[in-house]
Amino acid sequence: MSARVAGFGFLALAAIALLALVPRLGNAYYLALAISLLQYTVLATAWGMFSGPTRYVSLATTAFFGVGAYTVAVLGEILPWPLVLLIAAALGAVVAAIVGLSTLRLSGVYFVIFTFGLTELIRQLVVWFEVNKSRVLGRYVFVDITQADIYWQLLGLAAAVFLLGWLIARSRLGFALRVIGEDETVAKHCGINTTFAKVALFTISATVMTLVGAIMAPRWTYIEPSIAFNSMISFQVLIMALLGGAHRLWGPVLGAVPLTLLFELLSARFPNTFTIILGCIFLLIVYMLPRGVAGLFEKRSTTPGGKTTQRVAA
Amino acid sequence: MTIAILTGLMLGGMYALIAMGLTLQYGVARIMNLSYGEFLIAAAFASHWLFTGWAISPFVGLAVVVPLAFVLNFAIYKLLLTPLVRRAPNRDALEVDSILATFGLTFVIQGSMLALFGGAYYSYSFLAFPVQFVGETVAANRLAALGTTILLGLALYLALTRTRAGTAVRAVAVDPFAAQLVAINVPQASALTFALGGALAAAAGVLVSTFLTFSASSGVVFTMKALIVVVMGGVGNMLGCLVAGLALGLSEALVASYVDPGLTLAVNFALFLAVLLVKPAGLFGRATR
Repeated sequence: MSARVAGFGFLALAAIALLALVPRLGNAYYLALAISLLQYTVLATAWGMFSGPTRYVSLATTAFFGVGAYTVAVLGEILPWPLVLLIAAALGAVVAAIVGLSTLRLSGVYFVIFTFGLTELIRQLVVWFEVNKSRVLGRYVFVDITQADIYWQLLGLAAAVFLLGWLIARSRLGFALRVIGEDETVAKHCGINTTFAKVALFTISATVMTLVGAIMAPRWTYIEPSIAFNSMISFQVLIMALLGGAHRLWGPVLGAVPLTLLFELLSARFPNTFTIILGCIFLLIVYMLPRGVAGLFEKRSTTPGGKTTQRVAA
Repeated sequence: MTIAILTGLMLGGMYALIAMGLTLQYGVARIMNLSYGEFLIAAAFASHWLFTGWAISPFVGLAVVVPLAFVLNFAIYKLLLTPLVRRAPNRDALEVDSILATFGLTFVIQGSMLALFGGAYYSYSFLAFPVQFVGETVAANRLAALGTTILLGLALYLALTRTRAGTAVRAVAVDPFAAQLVAINVPQASALTFALGGALAAAAGVLVSTFLTFSASSGVVFTMKALIVVVMGGVGNMLGCLVAGLALGLSEALVASYVDPGLTLAVNFALFLAVLLVKPAGLFGRATR
């Protein structure tokens, strides 16, 4: 087992080293594409970390992404960069903890409803604050961060997310979450503090999303609430994670990579009907691939008893 | 003060109407319809088109749009949602699936409306003259909409409590499994109730279009408010819908006139959370799960 882990670790390090060389290619288009790929990979993986095992559908990716981006817009020029990232992450964690504590104790539907409105709520609060208190709507982001810097930061974050996800899946917390996903009543009777487990993981996942928003912010030079809180991001991340299969750590990547490329192509070719196409793709996935691409792989390894190995392994 | 309360009551009546359709769809058909607001806005556009293009009054338009919406929603339930109902092993799984499917549908409908009408705000002036009502001046179209809302709500209440079909629908809401034992065709009742919910959404859309400006992307806000009202009032409960809708409208109007119009959504959510923390099943709901 440990030899296998070491082998995986070595492979992962080699992959990271190889990916870190992408900015050296010197092609601005490929770099921009690679940034998009990484951005959605991290977002979808972070989404799957919470929503995969617990099966609580979160529609609030944009809310956290926007909190991160807007923090940079406000503080980016005043404070040193690492401090800005730290503050953004802390803000995201606090918002997630508040939302989690108030809704995750209840049935899953309330959580969905709340996350459904959270983006709009935070956007309205930001607009209200900017209009009434600071009296600026829309800010310029002038920070000394190049595209290559963004790429490397995202790569580092991606590596951290996968490591974290792997560690959590092996920990008591990860096991508790899988039990909650299978049957929450049983989990409670086993003595699992279900609220704590859910809120903890939701906070971790949301903090990662906030960081992605903060890292991506310098890509725009001008940020206003409607740009930072664009609900398309929630939707795209959800599609990607579902296509890949959110119940596995590596599942969302399988959805994020092909769909980012596809969306890149579609949004350039069909800017007017892009939303409709996106909706149709999403419906197709929900109907055709309820367990995602990762689910397809698992079907092959079905044991003669009829139970998938995933169940047995879990 | 009177005007704020009056505005709040009219707003609340509108919320109650909007939420009535959703509480039927979610309470009886067990479909958590996130594309609800999109159907409402589609009806608003239809009414706008009928009024500006053909000079058909929205109240006549109701007779066209509502049956159409009923048929359309029936088809959607039969074609899109029945496979999910069949596939789902339990109610929670159906909830997740229906959330995902209707979330996808949201973007299809919204994208279609954006492609057809663009992102601009639409409105038309219908009955836009002031009238005196309990000593205050209000717009006639709002009063007309409120009156229609009350009539619709009353008709629905009587249909649910006084007729055989209505009793069957309520039985399905209480326990879809046991309802089959007393010879109720549950899939049929669910489909018809879902369609009825869609028809109510369309009616709400037509009424809302007479006094509010709307755009292709404003459906989300209506879905959200409807969801909040449904959960606050207790899922599947008509009276709860009315009380929660009025509470939401009143609090919004009071905050908008005394604190800041930009904070209405925050108040919605605060109220929603406050109710849930005290009574998780909603104001009039029974704790079933």
